[in-house]
Amino acid sequence: MEGELAHIGAGLAAIGSGAAAIGVGNVAGNFLAGALRNPSAAAGQTATLFIGIAFAEALGIFSFLVALLLMFAV
Amino acid sequence: MATEANGAETGGLVFHPMDQFIVKPLFGDGPIGMFTLTNATLWLALTVLAVVALMVLGTSRRAIVPTRSQSVGELAYGFVYKMVEDVTGKDGVKYFPYIMSLFMFVVMANFLGLLPMSFATTSHFAVTVVLALAVFLTVTVLGFIKNGVGFLGLFWVSSAPLALRPVLAIIELISYFVRPVSHSIRLAGNVMAGHAVIKVFAGFAALAVISPLSIVAITAMYGLEILVAFIQAYVFTILTCVYLKDALHPGH
Repeated sequence: MEGELAHIGAGLAAIGSGAAAIGVGNVAGNFLAGALRNPSAAAGQTATLFIGIAFAEALGIFSFLVALLLMFAV
Repeated sequence: MATEANGAETGGLVFHPMDQFIVKPLFGDGPIGMFTLTNATLWLALTVLAVVALMVLGTSRRAIVPTRSQSVGELAYGFVYKMVEDVTGKDGVKYFPYIMSLFMFVVMANFLGLLPMSFATTSHFAVTVVLALAVFLTVTVLGFIKNGVGFLGLFWVSSAPLALRPVLAIIELISYFVRPVSHSIRLAGNVMAGHAVIKVFAGFAALAVISPLSIVAITAMYGLEILVAFIQAYVFTILTCVYLKDALHPGH
């Protein structure tokens, strides 16, 4: 029974991946919106874009990690 | 797990998507000790050799008209140099060799891990945690050497109202110590997730009905993974630069 609950928990943790997808989409979408208004400033901001994406994505990876732990470690 | 191909009935392989990350000894199958040669050591050594081949042998002739490996080496050098200069500023350029070797190692390990039948070393937390802890320790020690006690100004947000500062200091302190965790898990998690997804699709390929679809999916995922392999190495390096900038210029 406990193993089955862990599987359910892993599935619930996968919701976090979707939430991270929303976050990354937000970052990239807003960057594109800004970049299209002022294309000359866009090139200097790609590093900031990737840092923002990395921070948003890290939390999704954490939930993936929780899912992995529930599947294989618990 | 549902992703396992049903080998006995369809004649396909029976494997688990996480089987590819198992560390095995290269010779025999004894217990793995401190000095046992494993597939992880093999691919880590190959990574270092590949970096040396590209950066040392490739650029040793210094031709005016560069060969292919020389131009790739110069491209990588210029790319990382510009990144260090842009993010950390002029005084961060001193630490360029460390960041360059970090970038080359991570990007090469990611790419070699994508070769079929190879072993993705950066998918192991043991590898990425060592890299991230090295960065964390370097940056912390450097911050204290360069700024003395003034390095603690990183946690004392002087632009915030005075009553709020102790609370912010605690938050900043926690976020500082979470850095090596997120820094390492981001890289290993991305690489591991990508490889696992490819293996899941490979498991579906054993069923004749959906095998064309899953082969197309594997190809598409593989293309995405090549992109991710580079982007994650880039992110790992640029975050190192950001941490280095914090150490050289603390305070907000």
